[in-house]
Amino acid sequence: MATVSVPKSSEETTTQPSTITLRIKRSNPSESTEKTFSEFQVPVQKWTTVLEAILYVKQNLDHSVGVRYSCRQASCGSCGMKINGKPALACYTKLSELGTSIVTVEPMNNFPIIRDLAVNFEQLISNHKKIKPFIVREDSEITPGTKEFIQKPEDLEKFLQFSYCIKCGLCNSACPTMATDTSFLGPQALAQAFRYTADNRDQGKDERLKIVDDSHGIWRCHFAGSCSHVCPKGVDPAMAIQLLRGYLLGFRK
Amino acid sequence: MRESIIMKIHYGTALGAVVLVAVHILMRLSQKYSDSLQYQNVLANYHFLPYALMLEVVLILLSVHGFNGLRVILLELKQGATYERAINYGSIAAMAALVAYGSRTILMAGMGVS
Repeated sequence: MATVSVPKSSEETTTQPSTITLRIKRSNPSESTEKTFSEFQVPVQKWTTVLEAILYVKQNLDHSVGVRYSCRQASCGSCGMKINGKPALACYTKLSELGTSIVTVEPMNNFPIIRDLAVNFEQLISNHKKIKPFIVREDSEITPGTKEFIQKPEDLEKFLQFSYCIKCGLCNSACPTMATDTSFLGPQALAQAFRYTADNRDQGKDERLKIVDDSHGIWRCHFAGSCSHVCPKGVDPAMAIQLLRGYLLGFRK
Repeated sequence: MRESIIMKIHYGTALGAVVLVAVHILMRLSQKYSDSLQYQNVLANYHFLPYALMLEVVLILLSVHGFNGLRVILLELKQGATYERAINYGSIAAMAALVAYGSRTILMAGMGVS
């Protein structure tokens, strides 16, 4: 039987907030090409996230720091950034997990910078739209005389993992191909192409495969796997790309 | 041509080249290695029609695979419609030139012209 005891004394249970140095990369491409780092001393608790540290800076030290955030619970995909060199969600990364007293935050790679930590998602969203991220079919569930489209649990299993994408852009930021090929569709769009192609209710497979079968499409993935390594939702875009290739190589129907 | 067809050719040529180059290397073992590189023995390879044909196939497979690989690398390096068209046609031209020059060598050696 579990025993719950009362804390002995406040001195023993209260952890003194320690301090870390938060280095924020600053730039404003609309005004100059100069890039600098601003350093701030931030008090942290065991549970303090990188986003909370940045917001502490904004509230108390420098309100001009540019950062995009919204839900604070890894659902909206707004606060993606490079934390100690690795793409991650600021709201989902605890400072205590990083194990360093100096934490460096930079804007994500492979995206145009708007200001400081905020990057432009225009290409990510346009590539996402390009692959038709919806069920393509002539009829609909609300057409009179039709019934709902049946989907068995095993049909759902085929793509469920890939439907967890929150479009945070971390995979595109980590992708080595995206670093040189600006026309590459990117792991996010390709993973979503598989998600909809594998959906048994979808009839747009041929259309979608034609879009990804481009000189800057699916074949430019070299399976580095960085996208899957950084994905905060466990989507595994690298696997989705290999499975999508199966359709084009004739291994999958 | 669709990129998937090009990449199927790319993978196919790689597999074919691995098999045929393995045969080519194993042929060296049919005699003493140093003897296999003697002038007369090398010429004899070209005079033996099946082997000369295999060398021709190896040449084509490696040229197609190599230049397509180079095309892919160059396409990833830089983008732009004119640049990409130049790379695509340039790769085909270079591939054809190499196959033509290699075939000429195989043909001339086969006919005994040195």
